[in-house]
Amino acid sequence: MTLADDMQIFQGLLGGLLIGISALLLILGNGNIAGISGIVGNAISNPRGSAWRWLFIIGLLCGAALFLFINGSLNAVFPSFDGRIFLAAALVGIGTRLGSGCTSGHGVCGIGRRSVRSITATVIFMAVAIMTVAIVGR
Amino acid sequence: MYISFISGLLFGLGLAVSNMLNPQRVLAFLDVFGTWDPTLAFVMGGALVITVPGFTKVLRRKKPLFTATFTLPMKTDIDMPLIVGAVLFGLGWGLVGLCPGPAIAALVSLDLNVVLFCTVMLTSWWVTDRFIPNKQRQPDA
Repeated sequence: MTLADDMQIFQGLLGGLLIGISALLLILGNGNIAGISGIVGNAISNPRGSAWRWLFIIGLLCGAALFLFINGSLNAVFPSFDGRIFLAAALVGIGTRLGSGCTSGHGVCGIGRRSVRSITATVIFMAVAIMTVAIVGR
Repeated sequence: MYISFISGLLFGLGLAVSNMLNPQRVLAFLDVFGTWDPTLAFVMGGALVITVPGFTKVLRRKKPLFTATFTLPMKTDIDMPLIVGAVLFGLGWGLVGLCPGPAIAALVSLDLNVVLFCTVMLTSWWVTDRFIPNKQRQPDA
């Protein structure tokens, strides 16, 4: 992976704006926080009381599918099969439940609310992730 | 309620357009001491440009447009579960470059390793909710 070019930076900014508008719509319309770990985690723990959550999840999948359909590819290289997948997925699952949020809930929405808890969580998980890549490699 | 579908749609589209569904792009951002790729910083920046002023304005309202109340996290203190949770999440995120949003959205690729990742992640959420009950856990942060 080479350094991002101008087009990639532009697409990053555009995608970020879309994510911000998405989070703003959900709080303005429904009064809910667009945190993926919370939405999906609560949807599976309480499937019947989660109509809006399922709709959000279907929308999330449709958004990615729409890009795949238009672009022809997600432009992504997914991890190859490896014990790391199990370990990483379990750590992400347990960590985001214990810590009540992930990159979207704490990062995008929590910082938006200027929540000290969310800013703290975001600084910690970013720093730990950076250290993990520095030590384990990518 | 349809607004949550639109919100999800924009979220998934945003993740895909910004290439955040690509774990290699995310790992390249986290690789601060290697060949650093700043894309994720622009994604986060783009989102915060909207949410920081936007949330402030929206939360001044008495109620949302289509429901009776705002459902917001109630906790305000920095406690152990928050810190331990953030550390564990950071470890997992740094290992393969997938966090919950992109992992779920990337299911549309039908890539078997993404399916495996999501299965283990969903199971972990379910198990954590069952065995580590946290009555004060916020609804949806």
